Amino acid sequence: MSRKIVRIAVPVLVLLFLYVPILILALYSFTDATQIGAIRSFTLKNYVTLFSTEELRSMIVGTILLALGAALLATILGTLGAIGSFYSRKRTSSAIATVNQIPVINADVVTGFSLCILLVVVFGVSKDSYIPLVVGHVTLCAPFVYLSVIPKLKQMDSSLYEAAMDLGATPAQALFRVVIPQILGGMVSGFSLAVTLSLDDYFIATYTKPATFDTISTYVVNATRGSQTDIKTALWALSTLIFVLVIVIVGVMNFNSGRAQKKEAEKA
Amino acid sequence: MRFSRKTLGIPYAVFLLLFVVAPLLVLFYYAFTNGKGEFTLQNLTDFFTDPNTLGTLAYSLAIAAVTTAVCLLIAYPVAYILATSKLKAKSVIIMIFVMPMWINFSLRITALKEILTLVEGNLARYPFLNSVIGMTYDFLPFMILPIYNTIVKLDGSLTEAARDLGANDRMAFLRVTLPLSLPGIISGISMVFLPAMTNYVVLDMLYNSTYIMGSLISSYFAAFNWHGGSMIALVLLGIICLFTLLSDSGDEKTARTGGALL
Repeated sequence: MSRKIVRIAVPVLVLLFLYVPILILALYSFTDATQIGAIRSFTLKNYVTLFSTEELRSMIVGTILLALGAALLATILGTLGAIGSFYSRKRTSSAIATVNQIPVINADVVTGFSLCILLVVVFGVSKDSYIPLVVGHVTLCAPFVYLSVIPKLKQMDSSLYEAAMDLGATPAQALFRVVIPQILGGMVSGFSLAVTLSLDDYFIATYTKPATFDTISTYVVNATRGSQTDIKTALWALSTLIFVLVIVIVGVMNFNSGRAQKKEAEKA
Repeated sequence: MRFSRKTLGIPYAVFLLLFVVAPLLVLFYYAFTNGKGEFTLQNLTDFFTDPNTLGTLAYSLAIAAVTTAVCLLIAYPVAYILATSKLKAKSVIIMIFVMPMWINFSLRITALKEILTLVEGNLARYPFLNSVIGMTYDFLPFMILPIYNTIVKLDGSLTEAARDLGANDRMAFLRVTLPLSLPGIISGISMVFLPAMTNYVVLDMLYNSTYIMGSLISSYFAAFNWHGGSMIALVLLGIICLFTLLSDSGDEKTARTGGALL
Protein backbone atom coordinates (compact mmCIF):
# COMPACT_ATOMS: atom_id res chain seq x y z
CA MET A 1 0.00 0.00 0.00
CA SER A 2 2.65 2.51 1.07
CA ARG A 3 4.57 1.53 -2.00
CA LYS A 4 1.67 2.52 -4.18
CA ILE A 5 1.48 5.89 -2.47
CA VAL A 6 5.21 6.50 -3.10
CA ARG A 7 4.82 5.51 -6.73
CA ILE A 8 2.19 8.19 -7.15
CA ALA A 9 3.47 10.83 -4.73
CA VAL A 10 7.02 11.11 -6.08
CA PRO A 11 6.10 11.88 -9.70
CA VAL A 12 3.29 14.19 -8.60
CA LEU A 13 5.59 16.19 -6.31
CA VAL A 14 8.17 16.55 -9.07
CA LEU A 15 5.47 17.68 -11.51
CA LEU A 16 4.36 20.28 -8.98
CA PHE A 17 7.94 21.51 -8.65
CA LEU A 18 8.21 21.83 -12.43
CA TYR A 19 4.83 23.40 -13.10
CA VAL A 20 3.74 25.41 -10.05
CA PRO A 21 6.03 28.40 -10.81
CA ILE A 22 4.86 28.55 -14.44
CA LEU A 23 1.20 28.19 -13.49
CA ILE A 24 1.33 30.79 -10.73
CA LEU A 25 3.03 33.20 -13.08
CA ALA A 26 0.32 32.45 -15.65
CA LEU A 27 -2.37 33.26 -13.08
CA TYR A 28 -0.68 36.52 -12.12
CA SER A 29 -0.21 37.49 -15.75
CA PHE A 30 -3.97 38.14 -15.79
CA THR A 31 -3.84 40.51 -12.83
CA ASP A 32 -2.49 43.98 -12.19
CA ALA A 33 -0.07 42.72 -9.55
CA THR A 34 3.60 43.59 -10.04
CA GLN A 35 4.79 40.82 -7.78
CA ILE A 36 3.42 37.53 -6.53
CA GLY A 37 1.22 38.19 -3.49
CA ALA A 38 -2.24 39.56 -3.04
CA ILE A 39 -4.40 39.72 -6.15
CA ARG A 40 -6.32 42.96 -6.41
CA SER A 41 -8.04 42.75 -9.76
CA PHE A 42 -7.98 40.81 -12.97
CA THR A 43 -6.98 42.54 -16.18
CA LEU A 44 -5.60 41.82 -19.64
CA LYS A 45 -3.31 44.82 -19.41
CA ASN A 46 -0.14 42.67 -19.61
CA TYR A 47 -1.27 41.11 -22.85
CA VAL A 48 -2.11 44.51 -24.30
CA THR A 49 1.34 45.78 -23.31
CA LEU A 50 2.96 42.71 -24.80
CA PHE A 51 1.41 43.24 -28.20
CA SER A 52 1.36 47.03 -28.29
CA THR A 53 4.91 47.77 -27.15
CA GLU A 54 7.03 48.11 -30.27
CA GLU A 55 10.20 46.97 -28.45
CA LEU A 56 8.58 43.76 -27.23
CA ARG A 57 6.92 43.01 -30.53
CA SER A 58 10.08 43.41 -32.59
CA MET A 59 12.01 41.30 -30.07
CA ILE A 60 9.52 38.43 -30.38
CA VAL A 61 9.33 38.65 -34.18
CA GLY A 62 13.12 38.87 -34.38
CA THR A 63 13.57 35.78 -32.22
CA ILE A 64 11.13 33.77 -34.33
CA LEU A 65 12.63 34.90 -37.65
CA LEU A 66 16.13 34.10 -36.40
CA ALA A 67 15.02 30.65 -35.24
CA LEU A 68 13.28 29.81 -38.51
CA GLY A 69 16.08 31.20 -40.67
CA ALA A 70 18.86 29.51 -38.73
CA ALA A 71 16.90 26.25 -38.59
CA LEU A 72 16.30 26.32 -42.36
CA LEU A 73 19.98 26.93 -43.11
CA ALA A 74 20.99 24.32 -40.55
CA THR A 75 18.60 21.78 -42.07
CA ILE A 76 19.97 22.29 -45.59
CA LEU A 77 23.61 22.19 -44.47
CA GLY A 78 23.18 19.36 -41.98
CA THR A 79 21.19 17.18 -44.38
CA LEU A 80 23.67 17.65 -47.23
CA GLY A 81 26.47 16.95 -44.76
CA ALA A 82 24.79 13.77 -43.57
CA ILE A 83 24.20 12.47 -47.12
CA GLY A 84 27.72 13.40 -48.19
CA SER A 85 29.40 11.86 -45.19
CA PHE A 86 27.22 8.74 -45.27
CA TYR A 87 28.40 7.89 -48.78
CA SER A 88 32.02 8.92 -48.21
CA ARG A 89 34.95 6.78 -47.25
CA LYS A 90 35.07 5.64 -43.64
CA ARG A 91 37.85 8.04 -42.72
CA THR A 92 36.13 11.10 -44.14
CA SER A 93 32.80 10.26 -42.60
CA SER A 94 34.21 9.57 -39.16
CA ALA A 95 36.16 12.83 -39.31
CA ILE A 96 32.96 14.73 -40.08
CA ALA A 97 31.08 12.85 -37.36
CA THR A 98 33.76 13.72 -34.80
CA VAL A 99 33.87 17.42 -35.62
CA ASN A 100 30.06 17.43 -35.75
CA GLN A 101 30.08 16.25 -32.14
CA ILE A 102 32.11 19.25 -30.90
CA PRO A 103 29.31 21.86 -30.80
CA VAL A 104 26.97 19.22 -29.36
CA ILE A 105 29.05 18.56 -26.26
CA ASN A 106 30.79 21.92 -26.01
CA ALA A 107 29.48 24.52 -23.58
CA ASP A 108 27.49 27.17 -25.44
CA VAL A 109 29.49 29.89 -23.72
CA VAL A 110 32.66 28.51 -25.30
CA THR A 111 31.03 28.12 -28.73
CA GLY A 112 29.70 31.68 -28.66
CA PHE A 113 32.88 33.22 -27.28
CA SER A 114 35.16 31.43 -29.75
CA LEU A 115 32.98 32.33 -32.74
CA CYS A 116 32.95 35.94 -31.63
CA ILE A 117 36.75 35.97 -31.35
CA LEU A 118 37.14 34.42 -34.81
CA LEU A 119 34.59 36.48 -36.69
CA VAL A 120 34.57 39.78 -34.86
CA VAL A 121 38.07 40.11 -33.39
CA VAL A 122 40.15 38.30 -36.02
CA PHE A 123 38.20 38.94 -39.21
CA GLY A 124 36.58 42.20 -38.15
CA VAL A 125 33.06 41.19 -39.23
CA SER A 126 30.60 43.67 -37.78
CA LYS A 127 28.07 42.21 -35.38
CA ASP A 128 25.52 44.61 -36.87
CA SER A 129 25.63 42.58 -40.08
CA TYR A 130 23.86 39.76 -38.23
CA ILE A 131 26.39 37.38 -39.85
CA PRO A 132 28.02 36.30 -36.56
CA LEU A 133 24.60 35.73 -34.97
CA VAL A 134 23.24 33.63 -37.84
CA VAL A 135 26.50 31.69 -38.17
CA GLY A 136 26.43 31.09 -34.42
CA HIS A 137 22.92 29.72 -34.44
CA VAL A 138 23.53 27.57 -37.51
CA THR A 139 26.63 26.19 -35.79
CA LEU A 140 24.50 25.40 -32.76
CA CYS A 141 21.73 23.70 -34.78
CA ALA A 142 23.24 22.00 -37.83
CA PRO A 143 25.00 19.22 -35.86
CA PHE A 144 21.64 18.16 -34.44
CA VAL A 145 20.11 18.02 -37.92
CA TYR A 146 23.06 15.89 -39.03
CA LEU A 147 22.46 13.57 -36.07
CA SER A 148 18.76 13.20 -36.85
CA VAL A 149 19.29 12.51 -40.56
CA ILE A 150 22.09 9.93 -40.27
CA PRO A 151 19.88 7.20 -38.70
CA LYS A 152 17.34 7.61 -41.51
CA LEU A 153 20.08 7.11 -44.10
CA LYS A 154 21.17 3.96 -42.29
CA GLN A 155 17.61 2.61 -42.37
CA MET A 156 17.22 3.40 -46.07
CA ASP A 157 17.57 0.62 -48.61
CA SER A 158 20.90 1.48 -50.19
CA SER A 159 19.99 -0.02 -53.55
CA LEU A 160 17.16 2.46 -54.11
CA TYR A 161 19.49 5.22 -55.23
CA GLU A 162 21.37 2.93 -57.62
CA ALA A 163 18.07 1.58 -58.95
CA ALA A 164 16.91 5.13 -59.72
CA MET A 165 20.20 5.85 -61.51
CA ASP A 166 19.98 2.60 -63.50
CA LEU A 167 16.49 3.59 -64.57
CA GLY A 168 17.92 6.79 -66.02
CA ALA A 169 17.46 9.33 -63.25
CA THR A 170 20.06 12.08 -62.98
CA PRO A 171 21.81 12.33 -59.59
CA ALA A 172 19.68 15.38 -58.79
CA GLN A 173 16.46 13.50 -59.60
CA ALA A 174 17.60 10.49 -57.62
CA LEU A 175 18.38 12.78 -54.72
CA PHE A 176 15.10 14.72 -54.70
CA ARG A 177 12.74 11.91 -55.75
CA VAL A 178 14.32 8.98 -53.89
CA VAL A 179 16.70 9.96 -51.10
CA ILE A 180 14.99 13.08 -49.71
CA PRO A 181 11.55 11.45 -49.32
CA GLN A 182 13.18 8.59 -47.42
CA ILE A 183 14.96 10.86 -44.94
CA LEU A 184 12.28 13.55 -44.68
CA GLY A 185 11.26 12.40 -41.19
CA GLY A 186 14.80 12.96 -39.93
CA MET A 187 14.97 16.35 -41.63
CA VAL A 188 11.69 17.45 -40.04
CA SER A 189 12.69 16.37 -36.54
CA GLY A 190 16.12 17.97 -37.09
CA PHE A 191 14.43 21.19 -38.16
CA SER A 192 12.17 21.26 -35.11
CA LEU A 193 15.12 20.53 -32.81
CA ALA A 194 16.95 23.39 -34.48
CA VAL A 195 14.03 25.76 -33.89
CA THR A 196 13.80 24.89 -30.19
CA LEU A 197 17.57 25.17 -29.72
CA SER A 198 17.67 28.58 -31.35
CA LEU A 199 14.65 29.83 -29.38
CA ASP A 200 16.21 28.73 -26.09
CA ASP A 201 19.70 30.02 -26.75
CA TYR A 202 21.11 32.83 -24.66
CA PHE A 203 24.87 32.36 -24.70
CA ILE A 204 25.62 32.27 -28.41
CA ALA A 205 23.32 35.20 -29.06
CA THR A 206 24.82 37.33 -26.34
CA TYR A 207 28.34 37.04 -27.80
CA THR A 208 27.38 37.45 -31.45
CA LYS A 209 24.27 39.63 -31.71
CA PRO A 210 24.10 43.26 -32.80
CA ALA A 211 23.79 45.61 -29.81
CA THR A 212 20.37 46.82 -30.93
CA PHE A 213 18.90 43.35 -31.48
CA ASP A 214 17.51 41.14 -28.72
CA THR A 215 16.25 37.58 -28.61
CA ILE A 216 13.67 36.59 -26.02
CA SER A 217 16.42 35.16 -23.78
CA THR A 218 18.76 38.15 -23.92
CA TYR A 219 15.81 40.52 -23.51
CA VAL A 220 14.42 38.71 -20.47
CA VAL A 221 17.82 38.53 -18.80
CA ASN A 222 18.36 42.26 -19.29
CA ALA A 223 14.82 43.06 -18.21
CA THR A 224 15.29 41.31 -14.86
CA ARG A 225 18.16 43.68 -14.17
CA GLY A 226 15.98 46.69 -14.94
CA SER A 227 13.15 48.11 -12.89
CA GLN A 228 10.42 48.63 -15.47
CA THR A 229 7.54 46.75 -13.88
CA ASP A 230 5.17 46.98 -16.86
CA ILE A 231 7.77 45.27 -19.05
CA LYS A 232 8.44 42.69 -16.32
CA THR A 233 4.77 41.72 -16.03
CA ALA A 234 4.29 41.78 -19.81
CA LEU A 235 6.97 39.08 -19.91
CA TRP A 236 4.76 37.00 -17.59
CA ALA A 237 2.15 37.18 -20.31
CA LEU A 238 4.74 36.09 -22.88
CA SER A 239 5.74 33.16 -20.69
CA THR A 240 2.10 32.11 -20.41
CA LEU A 241 1.54 32.34 -24.17
CA ILE A 242 4.64 30.23 -24.87
CA PHE A 243 3.51 27.70 -22.27
CA VAL A 244 0.09 27.36 -23.94
CA LEU A 245 1.72 27.13 -27.37
CA VAL A 246 4.05 24.34 -26.19
CA ILE A 247 1.09 22.42 -24.74
CA VAL A 248 -0.81 22.74 -28.02
CA ILE A 249 2.15 21.64 -30.13
CA VAL A 250 2.97 18.69 -27.87
CA GLY A 251 -0.71 17.75 -27.78
CA VAL A 252 -1.04 17.80 -31.56
CA MET A 253 2.17 15.81 -31.97
CA ASN A 254 0.98 13.21 -29.50
CA PHE A 255 -2.40 12.97 -31.17
CA ASN A 256 -0.76 12.52 -34.58
CA SER A 257 1.76 9.95 -33.42
CA GLY A 258 -1.03 8.12 -31.58
CA ARG A 259 -3.06 8.00 -34.78
CA ALA A 260 -0.07 6.83 -36.78
CA GLN A 261 0.56 4.04 -34.27
CA LYS A 262 -3.08 2.98 -34.43
CA LYS A 263 -2.93 2.85 -38.22
CA GLU A 264 0.23 0.76 -38.04
CA ALA A 265 -1.49 -1.59 -35.60
CA GLU A 266 -4.52 -1.92 -37.88
CA LYS A 267 -2.31 -2.76 -40.84
CA ALA A 268 -0.49 -5.47 -38.95
CA MET B 1 23.48 18.13 -63.40
CA ARG B 2 26.18 15.57 -62.63
CA PHE B 3 27.57 15.15 -59.16
CA SER B 4 28.43 12.30 -56.91
CA ARG B 5 26.72 11.92 -53.56
CA LYS B 6 30.00 12.43 -51.75
CA THR B 7 30.40 15.98 -53.02
CA LEU B 8 27.13 16.95 -51.33
CA GLY B 9 28.98 16.84 -48.04
CA ILE B 10 31.55 19.44 -49.06
CA PRO B 11 29.57 22.55 -48.00
CA TYR B 12 28.99 21.14 -44.54
CA ALA B 13 32.60 19.97 -44.21
CA VAL B 14 33.77 23.48 -45.14
CA PHE B 15 31.26 24.97 -42.70
CA LEU B 16 32.56 22.76 -39.89
CA LEU B 17 36.14 23.67 -40.67
CA LEU B 18 35.39 27.39 -40.73
CA PHE B 19 33.05 27.69 -37.77
CA VAL B 20 33.89 24.77 -35.50
CA VAL B 21 37.55 23.92 -36.03
CA ALA B 22 38.87 27.41 -36.81
CA PRO B 23 37.32 29.06 -33.70
CA LEU B 24 38.99 26.42 -31.52
CA LEU B 25 42.35 27.06 -33.17
CA VAL B 26 41.92 30.78 -32.62
CA LEU B 27 41.07 30.06 -29.00
CA PHE B 28 44.37 28.19 -28.62
CA TYR B 29 46.27 31.01 -30.32
CA TYR B 30 44.78 33.68 -28.06
CA ALA B 31 45.17 31.61 -24.92
CA PHE B 32 48.91 31.24 -25.47
CA THR B 33 49.76 34.72 -26.72
CA ASN B 34 49.77 38.15 -25.13
CA GLY B 35 48.53 41.49 -26.46
CA LYS B 36 51.64 41.88 -28.62
CA GLY B 37 51.13 38.51 -30.29
CA GLU B 38 54.09 36.90 -28.54
CA PHE B 39 53.92 33.33 -27.27
CA THR B 40 53.38 33.19 -23.54
CA LEU B 41 52.31 30.84 -20.79
CA GLN B 42 51.31 33.82 -18.68
CA ASN B 43 47.54 33.28 -19.12
CA LEU B 44 47.89 29.66 -18.08
CA THR B 45 49.98 30.39 -15.00
CA ASP B 46 47.71 33.34 -14.15
CA PHE B 47 44.72 31.07 -14.10
CA PHE B 48 46.31 28.43 -11.93
CA THR B 49 47.99 30.80 -9.47
CA ASP B 50 45.25 33.39 -8.97
CA PRO B 51 43.20 32.42 -5.90
CA ASN B 52 40.18 34.18 -7.44
CA THR B 53 40.06 32.09 -10.61
CA LEU B 54 40.85 28.93 -8.69
CA GLY B 55 38.08 29.81 -6.27
CA THR B 56 35.72 30.27 -9.22
CA LEU B 57 36.72 26.87 -10.57
CA ALA B 58 36.08 25.29 -7.16
CA TYR B 59 32.74 27.09 -6.76
CA SER B 60 31.63 25.99 -10.27
CA LEU B 61 32.58 22.40 -9.52
CA ALA B 62 30.71 22.55 -6.21
CA ILE B 63 27.54 24.00 -7.76
CA ALA B 64 27.71 21.53 -10.64
CA ALA B 65 28.32 18.54 -8.36
CA VAL B 66 25.51 19.42 -5.96
CA THR B 67 23.08 20.21 -8.80
CA THR B 68 23.93 16.97 -10.56
CA ALA B 69 23.48 14.95 -7.38
CA VAL B 70 20.14 16.60 -6.58
CA CYS B 71 18.91 16.09 -10.17
CA LEU B 72 19.95 12.45 -10.08
CA LEU B 73 18.27 11.84 -6.71
CA ILE B 74 15.01 13.34 -7.99
CA ALA B 75 15.16 12.09 -11.58
CA TYR B 76 16.03 8.45 -10.99
CA PRO B 77 12.97 7.52 -8.88
CA VAL B 78 10.68 9.42 -11.27
CA ALA B 79 12.19 7.81 -14.35
CA TYR B 80 12.13 4.38 -12.70
CA ILE B 81 8.54 4.65 -11.51
CA LEU B 82 7.34 5.86 -14.91
CA ALA B 83 9.35 3.36 -16.94
CA THR B 84 8.23 0.39 -14.87
CA SER B 85 4.60 1.43 -14.51
CA LYS B 86 1.96 -0.53 -16.35
CA LEU B 87 0.21 2.60 -17.53
CA LYS B 88 -0.58 2.65 -21.22
CA ALA B 89 -0.12 6.39 -21.49
CA LYS B 90 3.38 6.51 -20.04
CA SER B 91 4.83 8.02 -23.19
CA VAL B 92 2.39 10.89 -22.74
CA ILE B 93 3.28 11.25 -19.06
CA ILE B 94 7.03 11.36 -19.72
CA MET B 95 6.25 14.03 -22.30
CA ILE B 96 4.69 16.14 -19.54
CA PHE B 97 7.90 15.86 -17.53
CA VAL B 98 10.01 16.86 -20.49
CA MET B 99 7.78 19.62 -21.82
CA PRO B 100 9.24 22.43 -19.68
CA MET B 101 12.46 22.24 -21.63
CA TRP B 102 10.68 23.65 -24.65
CA ILE B 103 9.72 26.77 -22.73
CA ASN B 104 12.39 29.44 -22.89
CA PHE B 105 14.69 28.91 -19.90
CA SER B 106 14.98 32.58 -19.02
CA LEU B 107 11.19 32.81 -18.71
CA ARG B 108 11.09 29.68 -16.55
CA ILE B 109 13.78 31.07 -14.25
CA THR B 110 11.78 34.30 -14.05
CA ALA B 111 8.81 32.27 -12.81
CA LEU B 112 10.95 30.42 -10.28
CA LYS B 113 12.48 33.68 -9.10
CA GLU B 114 9.08 35.16 -8.31
CA ILE B 115 8.13 32.08 -6.28
CA LEU B 116 11.45 31.99 -4.42
CA THR B 117 11.13 35.69 -3.65
CA LEU B 118 7.70 35.06 -2.17
CA VAL B 119 8.97 32.16 -0.05
CA GLU B 120 12.30 33.57 1.09
CA GLY B 121 11.65 37.29 1.07
CA ASN B 122 15.19 38.24 0.15
CA LEU B 123 16.89 36.08 -2.46
CA ALA B 124 20.34 37.27 -1.47
CA ARG B 125 20.17 35.32 1.78
CA TYR B 126 20.68 31.85 0.28
CA PRO B 127 22.66 32.37 -2.93
CA PHE B 128 24.13 28.86 -3.18
CA LEU B 129 20.86 27.12 -2.35
CA ASN B 130 18.91 29.29 -4.79
CA SER B 131 21.39 28.63 -7.57
CA VAL B 132 21.13 24.89 -7.02
CA ILE B 133 17.31 25.09 -6.99
CA GLY B 134 17.39 27.20 -10.16
CA MET B 135 19.72 24.85 -12.00
CA THR B 136 17.78 21.80 -10.85
CA TYR B 137 14.59 23.44 -12.08
CA ASP B 138 16.24 24.19 -15.40
CA PHE B 139 18.05 20.89 -16.00
CA LEU B 140 15.88 18.24 -14.33
CA PRO B 141 14.12 17.14 -17.57
CA PHE B 142 17.53 16.50 -19.14
CA MET B 143 18.27 14.02 -16.37
CA ILE B 144 14.85 12.33 -16.35
CA LEU B 145 14.66 11.66 -20.09
CA PRO B 146 17.85 9.62 -20.71
CA ILE B 147 17.33 7.53 -17.56
CA TYR B 148 13.71 6.86 -18.52
CA ASN B 149 14.75 5.91 -22.06
CA THR B 150 17.31 3.44 -20.74
CA ILE B 151 15.06 1.76 -18.17
CA VAL B 152 12.04 1.54 -20.48
CA LYS B 153 14.13 -0.41 -22.99
CA LEU B 154 15.38 -2.90 -20.40
CA ASP B 155 14.26 -6.45 -20.86
CA GLY B 156 11.73 -7.07 -18.08
CA SER B 157 12.48 -10.78 -18.09
CA LEU B 158 15.89 -10.05 -16.59
CA THR B 159 14.45 -8.87 -13.28
CA GLU B 160 11.97 -11.76 -13.39
CA ALA B 161 14.85 -14.16 -13.89
CA ALA B 162 16.66 -12.59 -10.93
CA ARG B 163 13.58 -13.11 -8.78
CA ASP B 164 13.17 -16.69 -9.96
CA LEU B 165 16.75 -17.27 -8.94
CA GLY B 166 15.92 -16.14 -5.43
CA ALA B 167 16.68 -12.42 -5.38
CA ASN B 168 14.29 -10.20 -3.47
CA ASP B 169 13.05 -6.94 -5.00
CA ARG B 170 15.88 -4.92 -3.55
CA MET B 171 18.56 -7.35 -4.76
CA ALA B 172 16.99 -7.53 -8.21
CA PHE B 173 17.02 -3.74 -8.42
CA LEU B 174 20.56 -3.29 -7.10
CA ARG B 175 22.12 -6.13 -9.09
CA VAL B 176 20.13 -5.95 -12.33
CA THR B 177 18.15 -2.78 -13.00
CA LEU B 178 20.55 -0.24 -11.53
CA PRO B 179 23.71 -1.46 -13.30
CA LEU B 180 21.83 -1.76 -16.58
CA SER B 181 20.49 1.79 -16.30
CA LEU B 182 24.01 3.16 -15.85
CA PRO B 183 24.32 4.41 -19.46
CA GLY B 184 21.23 6.58 -18.95
CA ILE B 185 22.61 7.91 -15.67
CA ILE B 186 25.95 8.76 -17.26
CA SER B 187 24.32 10.50 -20.17
CA GLY B 188 22.08 12.42 -17.77
CA ILE B 189 25.06 13.48 -15.68
CA SER B 190 26.88 14.84 -18.70
CA MET B 191 23.72 16.72 -19.71
CA VAL B 192 23.54 18.46 -16.34
CA PHE B 193 27.09 18.81 -15.01
CA LEU B 194 28.61 20.89 -17.80
CA PRO B 195 25.75 23.37 -18.20
CA ALA B 196 25.72 23.74 -14.41
CA MET B 197 29.36 24.85 -14.53
CA THR B 198 28.73 27.44 -17.19
CA ASN B 199 25.14 28.70 -17.09
CA TYR B 200 25.84 31.92 -15.22
CA VAL B 201 22.51 33.42 -16.26
CA VAL B 202 20.72 31.30 -13.67
CA LEU B 203 23.00 32.76 -10.97
CA ASP B 204 22.62 36.30 -12.31
CA MET B 205 18.85 36.10 -12.42
CA LEU B 206 18.67 34.70 -8.89
CA TYR B 207 20.98 37.40 -7.51
CA ASN B 208 23.95 35.15 -6.79
CA SER B 209 26.89 37.43 -7.49
CA THR B 210 29.57 34.75 -7.05
CA TYR B 211 31.30 33.85 -10.30
CA ILE B 212 31.21 30.47 -11.98
CA MET B 213 33.34 29.55 -15.01
CA GLY B 214 30.81 30.99 -17.44
CA SER B 215 30.67 34.33 -15.65
CA LEU B 216 34.45 34.49 -15.80
CA ILE B 217 34.37 34.24 -19.60
CA SER B 218 31.70 36.87 -19.72
CA SER B 219 33.66 39.25 -17.49
CA TYR B 220 36.82 38.90 -19.59
CA PHE B 221 34.66 39.40 -22.67
CA ALA B 222 33.19 42.60 -21.22
CA ALA B 223 36.74 43.82 -20.49
CA PHE B 224 37.90 43.00 -24.08
CA ASN B 225 40.47 40.63 -22.59
CA TRP B 226 40.39 38.00 -25.37
CA HIS B 227 43.57 36.31 -24.15
CA GLY B 228 42.39 35.69 -20.59
CA GLY B 229 38.92 34.73 -21.80
CA SER B 230 40.36 32.24 -24.28
CA MET B 231 42.35 30.60 -21.50
CA ILE B 232 39.20 30.17 -19.38
CA ALA B 233 37.42 28.72 -22.42
CA LEU B 234 40.32 26.31 -22.93
CA VAL B 235 40.20 25.20 -19.30
CA LEU B 236 36.48 24.54 -19.74
CA LEU B 237 37.17 22.66 -22.96
CA GLY B 238 39.69 20.54 -21.09
CA ILE B 239 37.11 19.67 -18.45
CA ILE B 240 34.57 18.88 -21.17
CA CYS B 241 37.03 16.59 -22.97
CA LEU B 242 37.87 14.82 -19.74
CA PHE B 243 34.20 14.36 -19.05
CA THR B 244 33.45 13.05 -22.51
CA LEU B 245 36.30 10.57 -22.34
CA LEU B 246 35.08 9.35 -18.97
CA SER B 247 31.47 9.02 -19.98
CA ASP B 248 32.18 7.72 -23.51
CA SER B 249 29.28 9.85 -24.70
CA GLY B 250 26.54 7.66 -26.04
CA ASP B 251 23.08 9.06 -26.60
CA GLU B 252 23.30 12.53 -25.11
CA LYS B 253 22.43 14.04 -28.45
CA THR B 254 18.83 12.93 -28.06
CA ALA B 255 18.73 13.80 -24.40
CA ARG B 256 19.78 17.38 -24.92
CA THR B 257 16.64 18.36 -26.71
CA GLY B 258 14.22 15.56 -26.15
CA GLY B 259 14.78 14.50 -29.73
CA ALA B 260 13.84 10.96 -28.88
CA LEU B 261 10.32 12.12 -28.21
CA LEU B 262 9.87 14.29 -31.26
